[in-house]
Amino acid sequence: MSGLIVQRAGPGVSVQDLGRQGTLAFGLSRGGAADRQAIHEGAALLGQDASLAALEMAGAGGVFQARGDLRIALTGAPMVARIDGRSVAWHASHALPDGATIEIGAATAGSYGYLHVGGGIATPSRLGARAAHLVAGLGEPVQAGIDLPIGTDAGQGTGDKLAVSNRFRGGDVRIVASLQTDFFDKTTLQRFENTEFKRDPRGNRMGVRLASDGAGFLVDGGLTVLSEVITPGDIQVTGDGAPFVLLTECQTTGGYPRIATVLPCDLPIVAQAPPGAPIRMRFVSLEDAVAAHRRWIAELASLGQRRERLVRDPSEIPNLLEYQLLSGFISGDEPQYSGDN
Amino acid sequence: MLDTDPHATGSWPAIRTVGIDGLLVSFGDALNEPANRAALAFRAALDAAAIDGIEETATSLVSAYVRFDPLHLEHAVLTARIREVLKTRNWYEAPLPHGRRFFEIPTVYDASFAPQLEQSAQAAGLSVEAAVQSLSTARVRVQTIGFAPGMPYFGTLPEAWDIPRQQGLTPMVPDGALVVAIRQLVLFPVPTPTGWRHVGQTAARLFRPDDDDPFLLRPGDEAMFVQVTPEVFCNMRDTDPMGGIRMETIP
Repeated sequence: MSGLIVQRAGPGVSVQDLGRQGTLAFGLSRGGAADRQAIHEGAALLGQDASLAALEMAGAGGVFQARGDLRIALTGAPMVARIDGRSVAWHASHALPDGATIEIGAATAGSYGYLHVGGGIATPSRLGARAAHLVAGLGEPVQAGIDLPIGTDAGQGTGDKLAVSNRFRGGDVRIVASLQTDFFDKTTLQRFENTEFKRDPRGNRMGVRLASDGAGFLVDGGLTVLSEVITPGDIQVTGDGAPFVLLTECQTTGGYPRIATVLPCDLPIVAQAPPGAPIRMRFVSLEDAVAAHRRWIAELASLGQRRERLVRDPSEIPNLLEYQLLSGFISGDEPQYSGDN
Repeated sequence: MLDTDPHATGSWPAIRTVGIDGLLVSFGDALNEPANRAALAFRAALDAAAIDGIEETATSLVSAYVRFDPLHLEHAVLTARIREVLKTRNWYEAPLPHGRRFFEIPTVYDASFAPQLEQSAQAAGLSVEAAVQSLSTARVRVQTIGFAPGMPYFGTLPEAWDIPRQQGLTPMVPDGALVVAIRQLVLFPVPTPTGWRHVGQTAARLFRPDDDDPFLLRPGDEAMFVQVTPEVFCNMRDTDPMGGIRMETIP
């Protein structure tokens, strides 16, 4: 079995996949990658299933060496990356031959970068997933000295890239009314939509705090709300009036009132927003939210067809048409992938 | 978003959306025994109905939660199905689901293991002896599991135990700690800071990620925190992987 030897790892490196289902009733939240879209992008770049696990790197990566010939892909927050000293592109797949080393530095935008390996990281599955759920005590951070097992790689080919939406600098985020939105009056809800929030430095895989000037968003009697079920994307308003967007490793129930829920397709924007990045919330109807979700799921499914060869700027390629025929990819008149707007 | 506004009409149960892929059927807005029973029974009925497109169900204190795939099961369709199931009976009077278990959980109440027993007894207006007598003979039910993996909320204790949480947090109670507030008991699966008062200590391992059955307790299970001496407790803690816990199925 091939492996990925961890020579150095930042403090926020862990094995992640799409998380667990069916454990909510036992108090264990879904967990999995903070940026689920990135997991799908990595799978598309390597032509493999999105259920395979990857390395999530919060803020910065580390140094990783191939044991056996590996194919890798880099997605999520762009980070400075070098294979054996040579700079390599992000949002792309590369060969990492036996013994070669990839050095991944700090994020240049966004928060969570991902290192995917052909065949997936094959640490043991626990409760139906490989994802470390550190809050729950499931799994542990990836540290120097570990030799991560890699599954059998059924795919082939590297040197592809994927144009991705820029979800690494904050932005507009769509929300729907949720079970406790009616606890907040119209004025507060309007003010919430009209506020430009900044992603507070306080944040992790459980959730991120949104900072703003002016009054908070407390609701009368908000501290005595009966504890209710929490879902990733819920925005809870805590005791100081600041909204918290709950992410993948959130608690399963909570007694702070929830003002709204972020659409799953826009949640990566919140998860990836670096500290200080602007975030604006906009209510959409449930119908529009489901329609947006439908488009997003379809786009995730078609990511594989949107791969392009990792080459120079197309205008510099002498015979573009021939190149495309040779490489077997169609492109040119397809719409540029731009998230879900 | 309220499907029908229970605050306006005073009519429970209410069906509300949770994000884009969840519905919550609530049987009240305050914790009470009939509403908790209704939530447990209704979730069991929904599971039995095996509606295509439902991906997961759970209960909170007074609600049943359904997560589903909104691309394959429309909100309106699922809401209608849920209404049908709701109409089949008075859920506040429904019997509790089958397959529940009763756990006898050995608990040490001595001051060295239960540093806040004395102040809790005082808050409840009881002598320490009466407090231990009350806590160790109360048969309580898992009203919900949540917050942390396998973490149960038990109720309902006698009225004397309607004591508030502390203003500040106890920096850390150990795993297996039995804590009390607002007529509820909680057992902690992991060491944790808490505003609840530490009144007993168990050797319960609530979350064992590598076991086939990783969660000790399920919603609806019942328990009694029977008193043992520190010697018996330490022996069970150190030698018995089950921490001396005995389980039987409730007929």
